[in-house]
Amino acid sequence: MKKFLIPLALFLALVVFLAVGLKRDPREIPSPLVGKPAPAFSLPTLSGDKPFSPADYKGRVWIFNVWATWCVACREEHPLLVEFSKTQSIPIVGLSYKEIQAADQANGPLSDNAKLALARERSQRFLQRQGDPYKLSVMDLDGRVGIDYGVYGVPETYVIDKAGVIRYKLVGPVTPQLLQEKLLPLIRELEAS
Amino acid sequence: MKRLLLMLAVCMGTVWAGEAQPLAEDPQVEARLVAIAEELRCLVCQNESLASSHAELAEDLRREVRKLIRQDMTDAQIKTYLVERYGDFVLYRPPVKPLTWPLWFGPFLLLALAVWSLWRYLRLRKAMLQQQTSDANHPPDNSPPKD
Repeated sequence: MKKFLIPLALFLALVVFLAVGLKRDPREIPSPLVGKPAPAFSLPTLSGDKPFSPADYKGRVWIFNVWATWCVACREEHPLLVEFSKTQSIPIVGLSYKEIQAADQANGPLSDNAKLALARERSQRFLQRQGDPYKLSVMDLDGRVGIDYGVYGVPETYVIDKAGVIRYKLVGPVTPQLLQEKLLPLIRELEAS
Repeated sequence: MKRLLLMLAVCMGTVWAGEAQPLAEDPQVEARLVAIAEELRCLVCQNESLASSHAELAEDLRREVRKLIRQDMTDAQIKTYLVERYGDFVLYRPPVKPLTWPLWFGPFLLLALAVWSLWRYLRLRKAMLQQQTSDANHPPDNSPPKD
């Protein structure tokens, strides 16, 4: 028996474990919300139309995208979302997440109305310049709805099915690869069902 | 890298922003908040507890937990509330369930395995020593040496 091979085999096993561990993204945390109904809310929209609630989209497959103008990674995925909205019929609903940051209130706290107005103005300017992929955007100024959706790092993207159940959650920017390999096949499948 | 920097900025940036925050009025609520939040992980700065993190999300979550405490929810209910949203990952003490069995019992299994192999090795060694002494008493036969 070649006994000296045993430590070598153990070492190789350790290397494999470490290599796999290195490749994993520690920010990718499995969401308990996948497979659960999308939490209900009612929030003012960016355009100022009547408030939106997820129940309004019952019977449709839709994408829920958490974004903010201060979020750098959101700019990365933005062109892809714009492209998507031009070629696909699935609506993307934006959640403008905590647009007003602490730095905006350095000169004293703003009233809720002032916050909403400032957030709207800034978001609209951003979307005019970068393109608007959203069917509509809702304003989550205090991040309360974000907590219900388990948001911890913008951007985040959810796919919600016709029954209003969350089928997929992505933390971090949508990439062309993710779009082709995960999102589009899933959307096609959900559309067909 | 970009994301790392952003995270760093988020974690550092709120240090000064948090300073002006007044301490909550009710010391009892605050004591319970600290007790609960020390058992919870901040999702932005993952190696910090919710109690010590300066990340903005941690602040929001502390505010949320404070609200739940005022609604007279038990500690377990509050933890369930957060687990429903962020998963078991927010708990520093993961629950015992089939998925976490390897985590909880794996070390003991490894220990048992180590004890078993030690016991086997010692028995083998003893047998070999005994054979050697008996070999020394009798002239060696022509059998090949044992490994």
